[in-house]
Amino acid sequence: MTMHPTSFAFLLAIGAVAAAQVAPVTLMRPATPDKAPAPDGFIQRWLVLEPIRANGLTDSAVQAIVKKEYFPNQFTVIPHDGDKVTVGDTQLTWHAEDTRLYNLNLYHFAHALDKPTTNVLFWALTLVNCPREMPGVRLAIGSNAASVWWVNGQEVIGIYGDRQTVIDDGVSKRLTLKKGQNIIRAAIVNGGGATDFCARFLDQDDKPLKGYTVSLNEVRK
Amino acid sequence: MKYALLATALVAGSIALALDGQVGIHDPSTIVLSNGKFYTYGTGGNSLVSDDGWTWRRGTALPRRGLAPDVIHIGDRYYVYIAANIGAQPKAAVNMIWSKTLDPDSPGYKWEEGGVVASSNGVEDANAIDPGVFLDPNDGRLWLVYGSYFGYIRLVELDPKTGKRKDPNDKPRDLAINCEASDMIYHDGWYYLLATHGSCCRGADSGYNIRMGRAKKVTGPFLDREGIDMIQGGGKLFVGSGGRVVGPGHFGLLDLGDGVQKFSMHWEADLDRGGASVLDIRPLLWKDGWPVAGGNLNPGTYEIESVRTGTALELSVEGMPVGGRRARGGGGGPGGAGAPGAAAPGGAPPAIGGPGGGIFAGTGAPIPEQDVAQVSKNWPTGNIDVRMANYLCQAQQKWTIAAAPNAGGYPGSPYFKITIAGTERALAATADSELVVLPAFTGAAEQLWRIEQLPDGAWRIMPKVVPNSNQPVALSAVGSSFATLSRFDPKSDKQRWSIKTP
Repeated sequence: MTMHPTSFAFLLAIGAVAAAQVAPVTLMRPATPDKAPAPDGFIQRWLVLEPIRANGLTDSAVQAIVKKEYFPNQFTVIPHDGDKVTVGDTQLTWHAEDTRLYNLNLYHFAHALDKPTTNVLFWALTLVNCPREMPGVRLAIGSNAASVWWVNGQEVIGIYGDRQTVIDDGVSKRLTLKKGQNIIRAAIVNGGGATDFCARFLDQDDKPLKGYTVSLNEVRK
Repeated sequence: MKYALLATALVAGSIALALDGQVGIHDPSTIVLSNGKFYTYGTGGNSLVSDDGWTWRRGTALPRRGLAPDVIHIGDRYYVYIAANIGAQPKAAVNMIWSKTLDPDSPGYKWEEGGVVASSNGVEDANAIDPGVFLDPNDGRLWLVYGSYFGYIRLVELDPKTGKRKDPNDKPRDLAINCEASDMIYHDGWYYLLATHGSCCRGADSGYNIRMGRAKKVTGPFLDREGIDMIQGGGKLFVGSGGRVVGPGHFGLLDLGDGVQKFSMHWEADLDRGGASVLDIRPLLWKDGWPVAGGNLNPGTYEIESVRTGTALELSVEGMPVGGRRARGGGGGPGGAGAPGAAAPGGAPPAIGGPGGGIFAGTGAPIPEQDVAQVSKNWPTGNIDVRMANYLCQAQQKWTIAAAPNAGGYPGSPYFKITIAGTERALAATADSELVVLPAFTGAAEQLWRIEQLPDGAWRIMPKVVPNSNQPVALSAVGSSFATLSRFDPKSDKQRWSIKTP
């Protein structure tokens, strides 16, 4: 059988579209209670809330977006996997996720749940368990696009604009991780296209911090 | 005060700063540190002393007067080599004297005679003046180069334990010709002979210029970059006249540690000081295995860009695009600045702008520089953090660097204040070794900055002090979008900055 070149190209195009609709699997449910950071320091376990509609990437727009209260105890709650919140008239669910990569791909996350990825706000949270007090460390993050980060309730990083994830793009001032549980909370605002984030701590020599684990409150879904 | 006199001109940002105080000297020795002060000695035994390397004053003359001394500190002794004519030129001798300190107020200040270490008899092809002393860091051997235009630049070995000639019967080696005021340094496997060509002592008509060759052995041959032996008149230019200064001569190395090197010299004529011969200190850079004369920072308005990340230091405020905010593919604003966070004025319809119209055509008219008075209206009035971002020619990314009046300095430069251009908002160090921009400069020590060129031409930027700390720290890039203060690491790009004219 001979195939007209135009027809062949058409079939290839169909195949490419079909392939594009299958998102790579980079996320999985946590299988252990605790997880050490990756060898290069990246935190790979997070609770992520399904996306909230939001629009704006400038400094002031992002600050307004993340400071708006969408659900009760937004800046203090430590949710469980499967917990639900109602934002407007939409019920959203928290999901415990382990990423296989240095970053957590929010596009994969939302796409797999058939949720929007454009003009959205993601909330993410993880618990950092330190065997001792760790002074002089820095939280170092990258995000696509803008993001604001809190450690133990203190806002420590804000990066703005339509930007791609770059390792250690935003870095906090020196801070102290207390002995026991510490909370990292993040709000990532995406405009369009890909969206993801990465985060790790740096030690006093700007090397990846080790010697701690991350966990989620309780995996019960 | 020199730079005070230049205050008006400094606004233009193109005038080099010269050392402050009493800097008149001819044929200065290598600058050495003794008891916390910098010393240099010139022809006639005159000396200059400085507490910080920026402001100089007359010091105590040497007990032995002569021509073009050089100084070196070895162990607990300072050896001074100083020449004198002992008959009709070229009959001359280099004498050594030594003391345990250069500080006349110190109990150990007492000069001892060390005798003649080199001489010329008036007939041979040498003139034993202009000594330059060099301690080989590889093997600890001590050498003296000397000579002038009556023949060769010569090399003899000295005894580092005594400063005297190691073997008076050892025949001097000829290294170069047609030059004087020589000195030697070592760097990365090469010995460099720096010597002064041209004529001296004619004010602005002096042709002095410093040239160099290099060799794998201390004994030469010293070839210039064209492969011409300095003993046949070769020599690659290291520094010549320029700007408002004429006739550089008498190179001397000032190594400040951490890979930061500077060099001293004199100018035969500083046109801003009536053509007087004056001391200068500049950064010593290296490129392709050759020394390069760097420059001290000229006051002006700059972008401060991290070598490590390529992002620029900025005030942590919402930037306003030059010409106004526009959406991707949309038209520009009216040329002014809208309110931060305002909706894009462009949006869907393509801009109708310059020739041909379309989304890439711009507005069709020049877009003026951003007016800081306008865009800063929404900036917080108090302290503001510092961050880094891609440079977009915006007001919060332009820094004016100016000499801080009456604040002292460091070798070669005064302390600077660094403010957002067109404002009084001043960069400062915080007690926790972070950065902040204050509403106004007050002259406090944590608002004073030491800015020095590193060997690769990048800049190191250090606060004079960090409150409640003795730790010297430098402006450092951490990640792409954040700057902090941390200990200087000469092997890292974190503390290397490009200071660019915006």
